[in-house]
Amino acid sequence: MLSKKQKELIAEIWASLTPVAEDIGADALGRMFASYPGTKTYFSHLDISPRSAHLLSHGRKIVLAIAEGARDIGQLTVTLAPLQTLHAYQLRIDPANFKLFSHCVLVALACHMGDDFTPDAHAAMDKYMSAFAAVLSEKYR
Amino acid sequence: MLLGGELGGFKRCFSCLREQDLLSITGQSRAGTMVQWTDFERATIQDVFSKMDYESVGPETLSRCLIVYPWTQRYFGNFGNLYNAAAIMGNPLVAKHGKTILYSLERGVKNMDNLKDTYAELSVLHSEKLRVDPDNFKLISDCLTIVVASRMGNAFTGEVQAALHKFLAVVVSSLRRQYY
Repeated sequence: MLSKKQKELIAEIWASLTPVAEDIGADALGRMFASYPGTKTYFSHLDISPRSAHLLSHGRKIVLAIAEGARDIGQLTVTLAPLQTLHAYQLRIDPANFKLFSHCVLVALACHMGDDFTPDAHAAMDKYMSAFAAVLSEKYR
Repeated sequence: MLLGGELGGFKRCFSCLREQDLLSITGQSRAGTMVQWTDFERATIQDVFSKMDYESVGPETLSRCLIVYPWTQRYFGNFGNLYNAAAIMGNPLVAKHGKTILYSLERGVKNMDNLKDTYAELSVLHSEKLRVDPDNFKLISDCLTIVVASRMGNAFTGEVQAALHKFLAVVVSSLRRQYY
């Protein structure tokens, strides 16, 4: 459960990262491919070499979706409805991978924000990413 | 190919990893399950830990674990005030124990080719005496990764992260060995 303060903190952080969405997104994806090579199997149709055009554009898409959800966390199920359908019926990414990607997002944030990624921010963000992943997998079965 | 039993054990430990990742960590060798380290991985682990400020990374890692995953506080009932993030960050017992954990990791850094034996005693301690759910080892590993990332910034590349991830995964596996 996210407190009001945590929701505000999350919204604030993602709003500030929207200008660098493609950097954060591509960084997180690249980290995931390096630590969890099995995740690359979902991207055989893209060029996922470091900072490739595909990686930057895909990273940007993902981060913007995360940031959009952060604007009104109470409405996550509504905001993510189209993406729920996409992931459940088309992409069919095993939801276990959402945890791996979430961890890499947190690492990317830590690298980017340094000390500003305080323990409180870390806790709030971890909770938000878990909630996001849970909502995303709701239509799977 | 790993023998069925070993792979089964590893699978339980590494539920987040795919089979091909497990096999690449432990080495696809009929000869045994000795961990294969690349030159890059060895050098990276030595480098990351040699530059680390144990006195601050240790306390911050354990603090974050207790803050981000509050259920882990169950193991620290006698540590006093863990009421909120500020209390945890300022708690001297948390700080002291955080350093203990990190200095213990240093032993692994110095014995990368025999992590199994390095952590055999601690594995027994955690399973028999402390009764720590071994899934918690992953939580503290993740917190350590994030603290190191925040200290190293852009120098903590995806490749460095992957090397640290592998090292911590093998340490965690060694700590899980004596659980039954």
